[in-house]
This record gives sequence, C-alpha cells and structure tokens, in this order.
Amino acid sequence: MAGARRRKIALACLLGFLVLLPPVALAAGEPFYVSLFTRILITALAAASLNLILGFGGMVSFGHAAFVGIGGYVVGIAFVHASDGTLFLGLLPGTVSGFVVLPLAMIVAGLVALPIGAICLRTTGISFIMITLAFAQMLYYLMISLRRYNGQDGIAVWQRSELPWPIDLDDRMSFYYVALAVLLAFLYGTHRMVNSRFGRVLRAAKDNERRVRALGFHAYRYKLAAFVIAGAAAGLSGALLVNSTGFVGPSYLEWHRSGDLIVMVVLGGVGTLFGPVLGAGALMLLEEFIPELLNGLADGLGEHWKIFLGPILILIVLYARRGLMGLVDGSLGGSLLRRLRPEPPPGKPPRRRR
Amino acid sequence: MDPLLLIEQSLNGFQLGVMLFLMAAGLTLVFGVMDMINLAHGSFYMVGAYLTATFVGLFDSFLLAVVLAVPLAALVGVVVELVALRTLYGRDHLDQVLATFGLILFFNELVKIVWGPVPLRLTPPEFLAGQVELIPGAPYPAFRLAVIVVGIAVGAFLWYLIGRTRLGMLIRAGASNREMVTALGVDIARIFTAVFALGAGLAGLAGAMAGPILAVEVGMGEHILILTFVVIVIGGIGSVKGAFVGAVLVGMVDTFGRVLLPTTLKLFLDPSTADGVGASLASMAIYILMAAVLFFRPRGLFPAHG
Amino acid sequence: MTAPLLQAVGLTKRFGGLVANDAIDLGVSEGQVHAVIGPNGAGKTTLLAQLNGELKPDRGTIHFDGRDITALPTATRARLGLARSFQITSVFASFSAVDNVALAVQGQERHSFRFWRDASGDPALAEPAERALERVGLADRSHVPASALAHGQKRQLELAMALAMRPKLLLLDEPMAGMGVEESAAMVTLLAGLKAEVPILLVEHDMDAVFALADQITVLLHGRVIASGPPAEIRRNAEVREAYLGEDAAAGDG
Repeated sequence: MAGARRRKIALACLLGFLVLLPPVALAAGEPFYVSLFTRILITALAAASLNLILGFGGMVSFGHAAFVGIGGYVVGIAFVHASDGTLFLGLLPGTVSGFVVLPLAMIVAGLVALPIGAICLRTTGISFIMITLAFAQMLYYLMISLRRYNGQDGIAVWQRSELPWPIDLDDRMSFYYVALAVLLAFLYGTHRMVNSRFGRVLRAAKDNERRVRALGFHAYRYKLAAFVIAGAAAGLSGALLVNSTGFVGPSYLEWHRSGDLIVMVVLGGVGTLFGPVLGAGALMLLEEFIPELLNGLADGLGEHWKIFLGPILILIVLYARRGLMGLVDGSLGGSLLRRLRPEPPPGKPPRRRR
Repeated sequence: MDPLLLIEQSLNGFQLGVMLFLMAAGLTLVFGVMDMINLAHGSFYMVGAYLTATFVGLFDSFLLAVVLAVPLAALVGVVVELVALRTLYGRDHLDQVLATFGLILFFNELVKIVWGPVPLRLTPPEFLAGQVELIPGAPYPAFRLAVIVVGIAVGAFLWYLIGRTRLGMLIRAGASNREMVTALGVDIARIFTAVFALGAGLAGLAGAMAGPILAVEVGMGEHILILTFVVIVIGGIGSVKGAFVGAVLVGMVDTFGRVLLPTTLKLFLDPSTADGVGASLASMAIYILMAAVLFFRPRGLFPAHG
Repeated sequence: MTAPLLQAVGLTKRFGGLVANDAIDLGVSEGQVHAVIGPNGAGKTTLLAQLNGELKPDRGTIHFDGRDITALPTATRARLGLARSFQITSVFASFSAVDNVALAVQGQERHSFRFWRDASGDPALAEPAERALERVGLADRSHVPASALAHGQKRQLELAMALAMRPKLLLLDEPMAGMGVEESAAMVTLLAGLKAEVPILLVEHDMDAVFALADQITVLLHGRVIASGPPAEIRRNAEVREAYLGEDAAAGDG
C-alpha cells in the first residue's frame, strides 16, 4: 500500500535524522540542540508509554505525569541521601549509581501504578479519566508535603547517575544516544507486545471489552498489566529527565504535564508506534520556538502562544484525528472527507420480522 | 478537642463543601446527561471570579457585581457549548478531554491578556466584612457564613428545579436514560444547552464567592476542578444528591484532616515527624476517601444510571 | 435420566421496580436445541446475560456441567465452555476474520500473558481458527478485516468465534438477526448439523428457524415462563398463540 511505503520512508528519514543529529549539531557549534533533543527523546518515552495504554488499550489516563514524577523523585531522593550521607527512612543509603536508580525508578513507579490502576480500572469512561487525574493530584500534593525533600521547591540534583564506561551522562553526546537507545528499545518492545497474545487481548478490549470477557479473558488483568508496564516506563522517563535537567520537583507531577502527554500522543497519532515520538517532538519544538516567532510578529505575543494552541487542539480533534502519522500516510485529506460524509446511524441492524 | 474549635472547623468544612457543591452540581449533570467530560468547567469559575472583581471595581457593589457576573458566566458557558462542545457529544471521551483541555489553555491565556498575570484582590462587601457570633465566644467571618447560606439556598433551588419542574424531570430522565428523552420528542439539544448554562452559572457563582476567600488568579479553577471531580466520583455521576453528599464529605474530611491528623499523630510520634507525616496524610485524605468509596462502590454513592 | 448440562432454577432479576426475570426455570440437555422465544421486552436478553454472567441474579441458581456457576464471572464461565454469541454484531472490527477467531481460540488457553512472540504466526491459534471459519463457510474470507465483511458474514463470524471456544454449550442471541432468506436457511442447516456435538440455547425471533431447529421451546412473557415443552405442544398452547404466535402467524399469513 502507498501509505505503508510512505510511512517506511518517513520513518527511515526520522531515524536517520535522530542518529545524525548530535555530530552535526556539535560540528555546527550548536550543542543546545543536542540537549533539547535529548529532552525530546526522553519525553517521547513518556508519551510512548502513555500510548501503550491510551492508544492500544483505550485507557484515557489523565495522570500519567505522576509516574514520570515518581521515577524522577527516586533519582532525586537517592541523590539527596547520597550527598548528605543519611539513610532513607533510616534504612537505605543513597546512591547515584545508574545501575541502581534507573531500574529502581521503574520498579517504584510500577509499584505505585499497581494499586492506582487496580482501583481506577474498576471504572470506565469518564470516571476513569477523573480518578486517574485525582490520584495524580494526590501524589502531587504528597510531594509538596515532603519537607525533607524541599516540598514545593524540589531537589536540585547536581550529580548525574553513574553508568559504566563508555556511557557518561555528563557527556551530551553520550546521554543523547542513551536516550535514543532507551526510546527505540521501548518502541521495539511495544511493537512486540501489541502483536503478541497479550497485545491482542489488550487491543480487542479497547474495541469491545464485554466481548473479550465473553471469550474467556479476565480483561481487567490485562489492562492492569499494561497500566503497570506503562507506569514503569514513565518512571524510567522521569529518571532520565531528572538527569537531563538536574532538577526534580512537584511540577513534574502537575496535571498540565499529564495533559501535555495526552496532547503529544494525539497530535502524533493515537495507537501508532512512532506517533508519540512525532507528537512529543512537535509540541516541544513549538514550545521552544513559537514564542520567539510570535514575538517577531508583535511584541509580547509570544508569551501568550497557548491562546493559539488551545483552539488548534480543538481543530485537531475535529478534523485530524489521525495526527501527524495521518499526514505521513497521506490520508489526512481522506479522514477529513470521511468526517464530512454523513455516517449511518449506529445501532442494531434492521431486523427482519416474519 | 475544644468545642469552639470544633464548631469553627465544622463551619469551615461545610463552607468548602458548599463551594464544591456549586461546582459539582452543574458538572455532574453535564457528565450524566451528556456523557461528556468537560475539563473547562473550572474556567467558568475563574471567569466568574474575574468578572466579579471587575464589576466591583466599576460599581463598587459586591452584590451588583455578583448579579451581573453570574449570568455572564452562564452566557460564556452557552457560547462555549454552541461553538466548541456541541460537536463533541457522542464522541470519544479522548476527543472531549483534548478539546476541553484546549479550552483551558485558551481561557487561561485570555484571562492573562485581559486582566494581566498578577492576582486580583477581591474584598467582601462591607456588611459582610466583620465577624458574627453565632454561639457566644465563637466569632465566625460573616462572609463565610453568607457563602454557606447562599449554598444552601442554591441547593434548595436545585432540589426544587430537579425534583419538581418539567425541565428537572427531563434532566433526570436524561441522566438515567438518554434514549427515553429523545423518544419523548423533546429537543434534547436545548436541554443540553440549558444544563450547560446552569452549570456554568453555578460555577461562576462559586468563583465570585471564592474571590474574597482565596485569590483571584489564573489557574484558580483547576485546583477546585480536580476536587470537584473527586466529589462527583464519590457522589456518583449524574446525581445532584450525590454531589451534595460528596461535597460535604470532601469538605469535612479535608478540613478536619488538616487540623486533626498532625495533632493526633503527635500522640504517637515526635512532634516534627508528626507534623511532616500529618501534613502528608492530610493532603492525601480526600483521595484516600475517594479510593475507599470506589473500592466498595465503583459507581459512587448514588449512581444515576440504572 | 441424567441431569441437564445447564440448569437454571428460580432466576429472578429486578431493575428498580421492574421485574425483568421472574423465577425462571430452564434446562438444556446434551444433543438438544432449546429455544427461548417471546416478544420484545419479555426478558430474553436479561436471561442470557444472567446465564453468561454479565448480570448477577437477585435470586436463583445456575448449574453448568455439574457445578454451581451462579457466582462466577463471565470470563470464568466462558472458560468452562459456555460460549455466547451476541445479538448486536460485536466482532473486533480492526482484526481480520481469522484473528477474531484466533482470539477466541486463545481465550481457552490457560492464560495469555505472553508479551513477546508474534501471535499472528502462531499455528496453535491460526489452525483451529481456520477450521472454525471453514465450518461456518468463511474460509475464503479469513484475511479480510472484520469491518469489511457483509452483515451476514459477520453473523457467521460470530458463530465461528463461539465454535472456536471449544464450547460445551452455545448461547446464541438471535444468530439470524438481519440476515436474508438464503443466509438464514444456510444458518439453520449449519446449526442443525452442530447440535449433535454441542447443545444450543437459542434466542431467536425467526419462528421458522425456531420450529425447524428446536427440541424444546420456552416462551417468556413479561419476564415469566408461560409455557415450556416440545414444539408441537407449544404450537397448540392457547396462551402462547394469543400472546405471541398469533400476531406473528397473522403477519406471516398476510
């Protein structure tokens, strides 16, 4: 199919771009871009993890940033205790070893996602959205209340996680490729997962959960497993993000961040493998450059760029549901056409009475 | 516990509950009747507060300002419904989340442009500025007391509207069985708009009354929106009665959690640990309440759908 | 006589003030097609939902294959061999026909927590799925997306999914709904051929199909059983004629 071919070419271009970016940017004397794209790749990991449950499992979680924040706090708290030599809860010493904190960030985020998912998944629809949001808010306030870790102000983490040679997160280029490798590994894992037996059940439950149950699957368990996996991956993203920004605070768990992640997934293309990567890139590049552009048009306009983002989101919802991946496939026009054409009313097919 | 403090905290909890009820009553109907999630409800609250602050500046009368601001907030709600949300009924919840998230971004920036980023101060009207001694020795701010009275009045009005009028009957029917309302030949689009206007007006009223208690600032609607969600989930989507019970529960648990938990914990822990743990637990109390309710009743205390 | 495979006793379900099912007794034995008929709103769908576990009865018990399943969730009942097809076609639109059936095959495995291997290349799933498709006459459509199938073919696919569950009992909710005359006749032939290997509880509006297939008929009206017995007896029953068959016969004669 032409769409599939175009997609392959586009993805090859994207990969080539991502692999070549650091040496080119450094040669051009623009190291800032390496850091910016490192953050984009890390955020794309968070968006991709949300896409696993949102795009493939149909779970509209509005609290995903909380797991990013939990992962970040694992790194931050381990750092605090390492730097002042105290024990966490009087038991555990701190550390800056990447081999410890990165897996630990995943485990802790997954363990937090387990009870939250277990309660949230008892509900569906609007309730699910509201409850995931509420639990994320709970964790947000919890972090604010942690005076030992500077409450509202958060933790300045001035020592990056240590990993064995040749990996060195203090080196821009090295960090960038770590982020790229982690993202690609997660995407490959997602690809395997959605086509596996597990993934089939998950995708089918998105279509029609009732039918999945009638086929003999305890749909709840599959959704919960996906929720925990996504939470753990978000935790890893948070751990990397702290290393990239040198800071973790309650702002990581703000509900706007969860909203941004949803925007990235939808902007890129819900339920597509690379969509969240495109969405994360697009949103973060906009955030970075649009204000300057708008300021060029009128002074002070750039500060208020979100007044344009809002209506754009609404337009995307109305006319471009397949997101940037739809653009890649060249079917954006098609989906617009379909939207304009009246659809047959849903419901049961006409029954023949005799 | 000191009985006077108990009374004061009860009133504080009830007052927070009343505010939450004003927010939740309209929103739970929007959720229930239209099966639609609206994140922008907090924006009406914010708009209500800002409009009130502006009118107070213009006319120097708090009452007049509220009387003008509430219908205007309702009007903003109607415009939003007609322009943006109408197309979203029956769509994916994800679409609704995204579009109404877009609305929040839009309103927050709009308010920043119109009123600037600095929080506004809104003082209570003079006749409500002082304290009232309901019980001798227990002075209580008159304005907060007025908020409670207004909240109870609105509750009574809604009880009448929902329980005793034809519009209320249609709204109730819509919340429990949408097809039936359509089958009655009622123009459901107009009911949706009416419900939406009602919800936006109540949110605007809540915002107007919150102004003198909290600060009038960008994003003020979002904190209370999430609390409102907790209320709705506890009460059950689509139920005004549930919204009331949930709102008072959340108001009380939040208020008493903050007062009682640190002092209670001091009985078992050393003071600084107790303060820390107490503050953490208090900030989580209402969410723990929500989790507990959902564990036993996944659809809330008073689910409207049969 | 051995106990019936499926035995419901005194099933009662209320929705608010409305009694949807009132003390319904029902049994399905091996080798039988047991049809449940009744006008719209008689409580047939409520009954099916209780039998497959989507609704918990307010009162009454359900025994299946020698054990009490009254409190078991839907998924567990499905694994015990209680396969249900749905009245409103509910195949998975984004899956191909064979993948729909493969999912049904997968549902009978111990669990599906396998995260890595590509399920589409798995012969353990695809082979039984293809056999089930062949059984219902959809073998040549196996790689067509389910959303692209014609309505009648979707109904056939529903049946293939139920068969792929290696069922001990089929619960079929209006399998002929919306089908043309020829398609209906083919479905009747198919179901008639099935009943020797797997008994069927059939809810159906198509009276020709019901009387062609059923060994037992239970008639529901306002949530109660008003008659139950072999087709000939039901055909003679005055109350049934008045309540239900009368109008249908009139319409059919006209």
